[in-house]
Amino acid sequence: MALYSDIVMDHFRNPRNVGVIENADGVGEVGNAKCGDIMKIYLKIDGDTITDAKFETFGCGSAIASSSMATEMIKGQPVAQALQLTNKAVVEALDGLPAHKIHCSVLAEEAIKLALKDYYDRHGIAYDKQQFPSCENCGHCHTH
Amino acid sequence: MQIYADHAATTKTSPAAIDAMVTTMRETYGNPSSLHSAGQRAAELLADARARIARQLNCEASELIFTSGGSEADNQALMGAARRGAAQGKKHIVSTAFEHHAVLHTLRRLEKEGFEITLLPVYENGLVTAEQVRAALRPDTCLVSVMYANNEIGTIQPIAEIGAVCREAGVLFHTDAVQAVGHLEVDVKAQNIDMLSLSAHKFHGPKGVGALYLRKGLRLDPLIEGGAQERGRRAGTENLPAIVGMAVALEEAAAHRAENTARLIPLRDKLIAGLSAIPHAALNGDAVQRLPGNVSFCFEGIEGESLLLLLDDRGICASSGSACTSGSLDPSHVLLAIGRVHDVAHGSLRLSLGEDTTEEQIDYLIRTVTDTVAYLRSISPVWRELQNGTRPYIIQ
Repeated sequence: MALYSDIVMDHFRNPRNVGVIENADGVGEVGNAKCGDIMKIYLKIDGDTITDAKFETFGCGSAIASSSMATEMIKGQPVAQALQLTNKAVVEALDGLPAHKIHCSVLAEEAIKLALKDYYDRHGIAYDKQQFPSCENCGHCHTH
Repeated sequence: MQIYADHAATTKTSPAAIDAMVTTMRETYGNPSSLHSAGQRAAELLADARARIARQLNCEASELIFTSGGSEADNQALMGAARRGAAQGKKHIVSTAFEHHAVLHTLRRLEKEGFEITLLPVYENGLVTAEQVRAALRPDTCLVSVMYANNEIGTIQPIAEIGAVCREAGVLFHTDAVQAVGHLEVDVKAQNIDMLSLSAHKFHGPKGVGALYLRKGLRLDPLIEGGAQERGRRAGTENLPAIVGMAVALEEAAAHRAENTARLIPLRDKLIAGLSAIPHAALNGDAVQRLPGNVSFCFEGIEGESLLLLLDDRGICASSGSACTSGSLDPSHVLLAIGRVHDVAHGSLRLSLGEDTTEEQIDYLIRTVTDTVAYLRSISPVWRELQNGTRPYIIQ
């Protein structure tokens, strides 16, 4: 279908990093079933490096492709760098998303941030709350 | 295997209709309104097509108004009937919650203009009853509009009974029969129908052409002002090639209807039985009162757009009522109207079969949909929660 770029379709058809990490160091879940998309990201972190990332997604083609691409982009990266990942970077890596699908890339960014926050919380690492999304300001379900 | 299972969206144009259209374009290019012989030949062809279509609906040729399709016919019927009602001091309209948007959005506009709209709820099986309609009628009701067959879930409404209720009460009755014409018995006289909308491309005719049946004696303000075409009821030079193609396609559909229905119903029911074997899946709409080619399901734990894309990769053209495919925030209003909650409505799939659907294709559809649903569930966090008991199943 011409709706999506070849890269989106490739990541949708052959998603990378699908699955669950048992004993993950950080887990982040965003979205809700009522809106039609939920993304859950699991991280394994060793020292300061994301050694593995996996995802489960309930959602449309671009939600699955965004999860796949975003997990690829942070695997092997230092935590500080993964925190800088923007939805815009995910969209660029996917060679674009249709305007009404941009929120899928936002979900991917937020799921990763929440997983990293979960990692900080579990390990008692101090952080600046401002850099993480919260339910109040996520805008999911209002920005489709 | 390539399977076109989206006949409710549109159908392949009939080769006989295409031939008739091309011949018309080549040979009968005159304007039916012109006095000269080229125009008169076109006028004769137009009259012939009109008479042939009228025969299939059991109406008179003069009772047909050609339109650009089903949406225009719906708009004309509703806007016209509303104005007529307002002139009589009647500004109440009865319809249903699961009409096509061509009806619902027109009603929304009328509501803004001061009309009161009663949208009847539909039961879980996707049916309204004549009793519901009767109970909703008021002294100021000017119009009842109930679709003949629903485009998403295929349920067939008791049109003749509803028509009888309206006729008895002296209220105009319109039916959006876009999904029914060519597929179900239509007899505007026996079914007490005052106005009926149809669209050619749903029965292997061309796109961009349809008709409104308007019972003799009824006069509505035209939606499109201009010349005196269609007896002053719809301006604009007639799309003669498309109208001729529509007549050919409708006659073909009528000629094969009995045999198609007899062949399709067992295929449809086999597909329904096959997909019902998928755990936590539910058929949308009544199993019996439904179009011969319509199969509509909700699968818990997955989203419809990803299902459609993967099915397309496997050669299957289908459709869904998920929000992602509807281009809006909410999933299909039809699925919500029959009581499906958002979570489940997002995981909907419509397979609409046609004349050339084979049993081999049905087997492939069952196998492929089953496998694809299982795959998408395997990567869905919702399905995981349903499975491990942290989220309750909605579809048992």
